[in-house]
Amino acid sequence: MLKINNLQVKLEEEDKQILKGVDLEVPAGAVHAIMGPNGSGKSTLSYVLSGRDGYEVTGGGASLDGADLLELEPEERAAAGLFLAFQYPVEIPGVGNMTFLRTAVNAQRKARGEDEMSAAEFLKFIRAKAKDLKIDADMLKRPVNVGFSGGEKKRNEILQMAMLEPKMCILDETDSGLDVDAMKLVSEGVNALRDEGRSFLVITHYQRLLDHIKPDVVHIMAAGRIVKTGGPELALEVEHNGYADILAELA
Amino acid sequence: MGLPDTANTKENGTRRLPASGAWAKSAREDARARLAAVGMPVRRDEYWKYTRPDTLVADAAAPAAVFDHAGEVPLYDTIDRLKIVFVDGVFDAAASDPLELAGVEIERLEQAGQADIHWAKDVYGVLETRGQDPVLRQLATLNTAYAPDGVLIRVTGQAAKPVSLIYRHEDETSDAMLHHVIRLEPGADLTLLENGPSAARFNKVMEVDVGDGAAFHHVRAQGRDHERRAVTHVFARLGKESTFKSFTMTVNGRLTRNECVIEFTGDDAVAHVAGAAMGDGDFHHDDTVFVTHDAVNCESRQVFKKVLRNGATGVFQGKILVKAGAQKTDGYQKSQSLLLDDDAQFFAKPELEIYADDVACSHGSTSGAIDEEALFYLRSRGVPEILATDLLVLAFLADAIEEIENEEIADDITARLDAWLQRHRS
Ligand SMILES: Nc1ncnc2c1ncn2[C@@H]1O[C@H](COP(=O)(O)OP(=O)(O)OP(=O)(O)O)[C@@H](O)[C@H]1O
Ligand SMILES: [Mg+2]
Repeated sequence: MLKINNLQVKLEEEDKQILKGVDLEVPAGAVHAIMGPNGSGKSTLSYVLSGRDGYEVTGGGASLDGADLLELEPEERAAAGLFLAFQYPVEIPGVGNMTFLRTAVNAQRKARGEDEMSAAEFLKFIRAKAKDLKIDADMLKRPVNVGFSGGEKKRNEILQMAMLEPKMCILDETDSGLDVDAMKLVSEGVNALRDEGRSFLVITHYQRLLDHIKPDVVHIMAAGRIVKTGGPELALEVEHNGYADILAELA
Repeated sequence: MGLPDTANTKENGTRRLPASGAWAKSAREDARARLAAVGMPVRRDEYWKYTRPDTLVADAAAPAAVFDHAGEVPLYDTIDRLKIVFVDGVFDAAASDPLELAGVEIERLEQAGQADIHWAKDVYGVLETRGQDPVLRQLATLNTAYAPDGVLIRVTGQAAKPVSLIYRHEDETSDAMLHHVIRLEPGADLTLLENGPSAARFNKVMEVDVGDGAAFHHVRAQGRDHERRAVTHVFARLGKESTFKSFTMTVNGRLTRNECVIEFTGDDAVAHVAGAAMGDGDFHHDDTVFVTHDAVNCESRQVFKKVLRNGATGVFQGKILVKAGAQKTDGYQKSQSLLLDDDAQFFAKPELEIYADDVACSHGSTSGAIDEEALFYLRSRGVPEILATDLLVLAFLADAIEEIENEEIADDITARLDAWLQRHRS
């Protein structure tokens, strides 16, 4: 599904290399987790994959089901099935959450040559999904993420994911800011989407989320590289010992 | 009636006062004398620092091509309203509805101005004169002296439906002046709609006297002709517990100066003025607002938004004056521009002058580009860049549009703004 090959990225404005050769492959149906110290480049990786401005790819590449991701506009990547749940979801005053979602769903359908959803169909669809995530009607009416609590913003990201039904989902610290119940809710939302045709790349600092969303593979990222890859037990090791041992091993 | 030169106040290059009965004659002669004493605005006047007055004061109007609406549905089409049509500033009886409406008396200035006595005497030129201090607004004085026509509306109760003034432009060289007077008796309620460019050059004054407990709602759209020029003044006087709400949409137009002068004379009144302007290229739009709080516990709110691209210029001059004794004043002023490229310009001069101690006044003026973070967020959800930009532009305008109380009209206005965006993509 997702293939990242020796990806090297620097900041466009500064002479600062952030990703120094990332290799990663997530097969269809798999759940991979990425852990790693603050500032190691996890969010940068997710942004570069989804097409945010401000980065320069200096080497390597990334593809989704064989399509060269880096050649595509952000909206084309989305239409191709890529989704990023943001670490810091963006507030958009003046754009209603509902309008936003309907525009997004229909734009993707149009890009894929499918029929747009009627207003009634859409309403039914969103109500069902919102109910699962305990998102009330008021939150749907409000402007996108404006005045949402940290946890509400994260739930709103998962709602978008559920509505857009992407095939490659990247979750950047979706667990941060969530209370215990919300974490369960969000995990259930993610698990409900698990499917043999859909893959997940879950970026997190905590083993706790991985208790709910069981990863097949865990990667450790440090200083712009994947430095260690293992099974779910790797997350437990990090939980208990931090990164010191892993980083020392490399030195 | 209806000869084209009715709208033209000049004869052999010199202006002449329209034929008048006693009340109108004294108001017009007074205005002519006041104008002779102060002269026309000139470029070095502080109040005209950002907008050149020369084309507005020139003897003749520069020609303006007539915009072809090519079968578009007219604005307010779904609203049941009483239509009054002016073509190049000349009343069009055939296109207008009979001037009869429950709760409202409507007359034309051209006819009512022939009488010797009329209720409009207490308002016509009176609010305009009050609005000359502390800053001169000579183009309004010019209008008081020479405008040959307009409507005089006295609202005695709840108007049965909105009154809709439609200003058509058919003659490329037309130079039109209209002067409206609206008086809302205590407790009365009127919605006034306006739309259309009216002329190559349009000078319009509207004096609104809002009685105690009365409510006035005003929505206008200034017409899409690219080359038209307009200077408009609204003078409003607000009585106790009254409401005044005015929204203006301006898209296109080479030059527009909209002045709004509001005076609170009774306690506990509310005035909101809002504007959404969008310009591409040769577009200069100026909102000049002056709010005087001279009563207790009144709320004033100004929300002006401009979307500019391709060399378009936006100006905002807004002042809130709180006089001594006008305690518990709540004054709010926001003027923002969204610059879609590096060539667009925005000049803002927000001012507060406060002589009372128990007041809450705030103003904010910003100028910026599309929010890149928001744009990326939308695109990452699959919304194409152009559509995402349009969404963000409309979002930027949203709190001005929210000032329109009638949702059907607000939706209609939003649809027009959206359509404009679709036509003006880079
Ligand atoms: N636009 C930018 N300008 C300056 N530095 C940047 C920028 N974007 C990223 N960086 C730097 O790149 C490095 C990687 O940042 P990134 O956000 O990818 O880390 P992360 O692994 O997601 O960290 P965290 O776990 O704290 O979320 C950091 O040192 C960060 O300061
Ligand atoms: Mg991060």
